[in-house]
Amino acid sequence: MNPPAAEVLLEVRNLRTQFKLRQGVVRSVDGVDLTIYRGQTLGVVGESGCGKSVTAQSILRIVPHPGEVVGGQILLHGKAGGAPVDLATLPAKGQRIREVRGGEIGMIFQEPMASLSPVHTVGNQVIEMALLHREGGQDEAREAVLDMLSRVGFSEPERTFDSYPHELSGGMRQRAVIAMALVGRPSLLIADEPTTALDVTTEAQILRLLKRLQADLGMAIMFITHDLGVIAKMADHAAVMYLGKVVEHSDVDALFHDARHPYLRALLSSVPRFGGSVQQRLASIEGIVPDPFRLPGGCPFHPRCPESIAGRCEVEVPVYRTLPEAADRGVSCHLHAPLGEPVAAQR
Amino acid sequence: MGAYVIRRLLLFIPMMAAISVITFILIQLPPGDYLTSEIMAMAERGEEVDEAAIEALKLRYGLDRPMVEQYFRWITNIILRGDFGRSFHWEQPVSSLIWERLMWTVVISLGSLLFTWVVAFPIGIYSATNQYSIADYLFTFFGFLGKATPNFLLALVLMWMGYVYFDLNMGGLFSAEYQRAPWSLAKVGDLIGHLWVPLVVLGTAGTADLIRVLRANLLDELSKPYVTAARAKGLTELKLIAKYPVRIAINPFVSSIGGVLPELISGAAIVSVVLSLPTTGPLMLGALLTQDMFLAGSFLMLLTILSLIGTLLSDILLAVLDPRIRQTV
Repeated sequence: MNPPAAEVLLEVRNLRTQFKLRQGVVRSVDGVDLTIYRGQTLGVVGESGCGKSVTAQSILRIVPHPGEVVGGQILLHGKAGGAPVDLATLPAKGQRIREVRGGEIGMIFQEPMASLSPVHTVGNQVIEMALLHREGGQDEAREAVLDMLSRVGFSEPERTFDSYPHELSGGMRQRAVIAMALVGRPSLLIADEPTTALDVTTEAQILRLLKRLQADLGMAIMFITHDLGVIAKMADHAAVMYLGKVVEHSDVDALFHDARHPYLRALLSSVPRFGGSVQQRLASIEGIVPDPFRLPGGCPFHPRCPESIAGRCEVEVPVYRTLPEAADRGVSCHLHAPLGEPVAAQR
Repeated sequence: MGAYVIRRLLLFIPMMAAISVITFILIQLPPGDYLTSEIMAMAERGEEVDEAAIEALKLRYGLDRPMVEQYFRWITNIILRGDFGRSFHWEQPVSSLIWERLMWTVVISLGSLLFTWVVAFPIGIYSATNQYSIADYLFTFFGFLGKATPNFLLALVLMWMGYVYFDLNMGGLFSAEYQRAPWSLAKVGDLIGHLWVPLVVLGTAGTADLIRVLRANLLDELSKPYVTAARAKGLTELKLIAKYPVRIAINPFVSSIGGVLPELISGAAIVSVVLSLPTTGPLMLGALLTQDMFLAGSFLMLLTILSLIGTLLSDILLAVLDPRIRQTV
């Protein structure tokens, strides 16, 4: 899956993003580690509220108020090599991060209708991106927009250019949003549940489209979803998140066939399978997702974990570490850490 | 769009006819008419009432005829001759009374509207984008204060302060020496010196209102995904807020334009009385009090026409601004 000399594009190291609310501090992203390789797809999977979207917003530094990136590194490697830029330390309203937004990292969102302005034409909204991040003037920008619109599957790009979002269907809107995100020729496309609001047929078309565009344009994709099936179809690598942490990060094959973290194993066993007995109840994970203001101490998953080690899991926060047998795989679980390793300070 | 406007304009005809009937009934509803109230006023002053003159007036204006006939007389004169009748009280044709005052009313109302927008727009946007900041609280405080203060009271306070501290008479639109003088640069200067008072007085409450509306609308819009999406494009904060959420938050402003036109005539009557402004408000108030029926009727008709035009204008503007509305038109 993973060509040997895959070049790292984006490294997220121990990223922490918090929302300071009146009721307390919500640690939406609490020590996330991710690696995205140039031209490849990283799937990020997890249930609602696990911090996958906030991670994406943190990378672009567009976390909504009162959220804030409070720690960690987001290292974006440039095409020419050289020292990477740490997006986590850039001022969120500054010039440099604005060049990254749209220019180096494009993003598409869950609700295509909601992420387009209802009172501006598609062309108006897409060309803005081209004018910001491409060389040349109005005419070149228009050419680029029309080219991108036809690449994402509009047979009459000129007409689409002058259409309003409400005149397009849901799938067409998402295509327009994809064109908008890609017209600045970013090296990374962050797709935040881009197909969740679409029906399954349209979803399949959009997924195929993203794969084809990736083959044509060569950008990497960070694909956020709660659907393991989509991960299997789309991703080269995947990160599984639970309560603001990456619990397991590995190539997709290993993720499905050699899962290490008990949460991921429980998730996989809850997926219904063809040919399975319909009499049997689907496996479910015990308990509920904890209150974000009162997270359990130690490993956040321990109250729901069937394999938790008494006396260790509820006290110590497990550290994310790479597996000895595979350098590109990592897990944060005491089951997979040798005893006697230094205990991580509780955050 | 063109067909839509024409259809709306054609609809004006039956609406105007219905409104004219209602207007006429309304001004006839209070017991008596101008003559009976004039006779009573004369009797109170102890003057002798000339029965023959009264009868002559009655005959001349057709006041002894049934109401239906009076209505048709009135309306045919308006339609065929543009003759709105004569004011009993002023003993002049209604049209010669109305137009100059209407001009001043338009000047003052549009001026205060402009004042309102110029002040409210930046403050509203600032308040929304800096929600719960100290400045936001300050603007909110003064906004509510401005809204809660009756306009005429503000006018009185301003006039009193001008008189006591600056020895200025701020009433009216001109100083005494320019009142009848021909137009000159000095007269315009004098006008501007006087004009700001009614603009501020009339604009304060509206400004406070508009700040609240814009702030609330914009707050709703700012949290929508398309704003985040625009931010993810790399636009500067100022550009993206001006282009997207403000553009959508502005719709309620536009729909309020419809209400501004009739406000021109009836609004601010009390302020105009206090500041002795030559606008239509006081004249209309007087006409209604003395049952000067042709004058009052003409005002009411003008009001309704302006309401209709105002609504049409704001509907057209909304359609221009918002393609979703345009589609249903």
